[in-house]
Amino acid sequence: MTDEPLLRVSALSKFYGSRVGCENISFDLWPGEMLAVVGESGSGKTTLLNCLSTRLLPSSGTASYRMRDGQWRELYRMSEAERRFLMRTDWGFVHQNPADGLRMTVSAGANVGERLMAVGDRHYGRIRATAVDWLSRVEIDEDRIDDEPRAFSGGMRQRLQIARNLVTGPRLVFMDEPTGGLDVSVQARLLDLLRGLVTDLGLAAIVVTHDLAVARLLSQRMMVMKDGRVVESGLTDRVLDDPRAPYTQLLVSSILQV
Amino acid sequence: MPTPLVVSDVAKSFTMHLRDGVTLPVVAAVSFSIRAGECAVLGGPSGAGKSSILKMLYGNYAVDEGQIIIQHEGGLIDLASASPRTVLAVRRHTIGYVSQFLRTVPRVSALDVVAEPLVERGEDREGAREKARTLLAQLNLPEKLWALPPATFSGGEQQRVNIARGFITEHPILLLDEPTASLDAKNRDVVVDLIAAKKAAGVALLGIFHDLDVRDAVADRVIDVTAFAAGKIAA
Amino acid sequence: MSAQSTDIATYNFAYLDEQTKRMIRRAILKGIAIPGYQVPFASREMPMPYGWGTGGVQVTASIIGPDDVLKVIDQGADDTTNAVSIRAFFKKVAKVEVTTDTARATIIQTRHRIPEHSLTAGQVLVFQVPIPEPLRFLEPRETETRKMHALEEYGLMHVKLYEDIAKHGRIATTYAYPVKVEGRYVMDPSPTPKFDNPKMHRSPALQLFGAGREKRIYAVPPFTDVVSLDFEDHPFEVQTFDQPCALCGAENVYLDEVILDDHGGHMFVCSDTDHCEKRRGDPTTPLWGGRAEGAGDLATTPATPTPALRADPPHKGEGKEAE
Repeated sequence: MTDEPLLRVSALSKFYGSRVGCENISFDLWPGEMLAVVGESGSGKTTLLNCLSTRLLPSSGTASYRMRDGQWRELYRMSEAERRFLMRTDWGFVHQNPADGLRMTVSAGANVGERLMAVGDRHYGRIRATAVDWLSRVEIDEDRIDDEPRAFSGGMRQRLQIARNLVTGPRLVFMDEPTGGLDVSVQARLLDLLRGLVTDLGLAAIVVTHDLAVARLLSQRMMVMKDGRVVESGLTDRVLDDPRAPYTQLLVSSILQV
Repeated sequence: MPTPLVVSDVAKSFTMHLRDGVTLPVVAAVSFSIRAGECAVLGGPSGAGKSSILKMLYGNYAVDEGQIIIQHEGGLIDLASASPRTVLAVRRHTIGYVSQFLRTVPRVSALDVVAEPLVERGEDREGAREKARTLLAQLNLPEKLWALPPATFSGGEQQRVNIARGFITEHPILLLDEPTASLDAKNRDVVVDLIAAKKAAGVALLGIFHDLDVRDAVADRVIDVTAFAAGKIAA
Repeated sequence: MSAQSTDIATYNFAYLDEQTKRMIRRAILKGIAIPGYQVPFASREMPMPYGWGTGGVQVTASIIGPDDVLKVIDQGADDTTNAVSIRAFFKKVAKVEVTTDTARATIIQTRHRIPEHSLTAGQVLVFQVPIPEPLRFLEPRETETRKMHALEEYGLMHVKLYEDIAKHGRIATTYAYPVKVEGRYVMDPSPTPKFDNPKMHRSPALQLFGAGREKRIYAVPPFTDVVSLDFEDHPFEVQTFDQPCALCGAENVYLDEVILDDHGGHMFVCSDTDHCEKRRGDPTTPLWGGRAEGAGDLATTPATPTPALRADPPHKGEGKEAE
């Protein structure tokens, strides 16, 4: 384990006119660490995620990323070409709706293989073998490799999206409500799968969720957001077992017990 | 003898924002230390704050005041003010914890639940599983359960998985929160033996045991938590 | 336009006004300067519907001069409606000489073929292009495809070829087969059969592409590398035919299937009519008995299939062009 963070975020703010998207967010993320960002809809957690993943430019603040060669680069000063390259090699983005992250009209195998082809792999047999391997890692039968994701269930689509993102061995994955809209049993399977993959691959991840159970299961650290600001942050179990901020107490007390 | 854990003047209260911000003091001026190879037991009635102290020592509860000094990776750190990342490292390498209840993860087998702390410390999975098998056998968990996720186990079975998970590593400090609460006599004895083995290995143990037989069998010393009652200070 | 004038002089030379031609020439020059790059241009309304070669006609009109000799082919044939009418159009509006002879032509406007006869330096091949964007069917957003070209993000193009192999066991794309030009831009060679792709590579002729509806012009200057995309383990291959042309006996040329009757009678003949006729008129061409399966008596077969008999209708509707 290295002693240097992977991502350093400092005083990041995003305003939509006079409205606050997110304000003055600072944190470090280390390799292999899962950070959950929780809060209700409109709390700014998705704005934050979009800024961090450079899908959105912040109004102020900086975010630096440690590249594979050890060099620190400021995300918002990189050229678009560099950012897009980062996006499809060293990063992943798992959307809540798999249709946003998949090509629905090309086969599962091509969905997984696209990133490989994008970084220059030109050997069909090798690309396909990698796709088969990744499909099995996300528990999709090999014989579905030539089916389009349109023919997949919601849970399968989400697992395919994860495989598509992880195939290039990224070091940082952004997830926006990865289990939203899935049945509870499907959710459990996906969470377990994600946990296993993240541990095996040593990924760092930032997971936006409104579901505290998802946060507890996936993350070691969490930030609680309200009205665009971080109201509490710390170890996930500390925040959930000993919530200090009024809003966090409200959130925790609102969890339905099974 | 080294003293891997020193607690000094720790205070804890809860502020209930949902109840008009009323503050519930829990403990104050908590001060004690545990030596290596010693098993200390927190004593006192329910609600005295025994569990809260244990949770603060594990970083699970925030600390309002005071210091929790531990020997970690050859240095001394204050857990009360440590960053989340440091707390995680302490949990991985220095402080083990056996809670009252097992928090299960869907679809992970009992064997892997037990082996996980070792894998997190960098041991290879098969070696970790081997140690997990030994411990689960020692705790008399039927072998047919090992491959199943513990979510559907009985309380006693879950507790044994939990104990095995806590005891599998060689953390120099081990916190025990009523590990024997739902065990039968035979398995209680196994736990007593496990604790004795840890003591012999120089581990500093701090526990809560409501079962007086077990407490008498393992405790070198009882720390009376009522001495740290927050009301007393306030009064 | 003056009312009393009834003759052709009411038209500007080659139909388009000079300002428009300058604008198009600028686009062409830019296209030549950046081989394979799609240059937007202000496409004009032409006296023909989209899908009939409005882009090609505008390019031809902008580069043609009084001394040029024009040839127009459609699917390789000089005698189909589209070819005949475009030829007639320029004969009328530019008073240029027209020909069907590939070697004599200085400008060849084409839809869906490159002539079999090798082109030479000084010749210009003008392609009619329905959909210039090779990434379009995979990525519908123009903003995104432009970005992909700009950043050379062409992984998606291989996704299409991957899909082909996954579905058919080989790259089944047979026309509009994507190429990389001068190691930089991925380009749609227009719906020519991939059989013609190798002819584009380092061709001595200038190749210009006009897409009227999509308002794009692009170009491949002479002697430019044009490489068909493929996989290491599934290399690019052209179509092969297991029989020669039924009329002239030519091998290694692109053949069209011609339906002869309503009973399954058909034969394969050169798609390039000029090439076929030349061979048949040349006494040195070895005689060939011809083969037409189920066609009965060959003697009754017309020497040149009439357009109506062509299996591939010369004009498909808009949007179907690329199918």
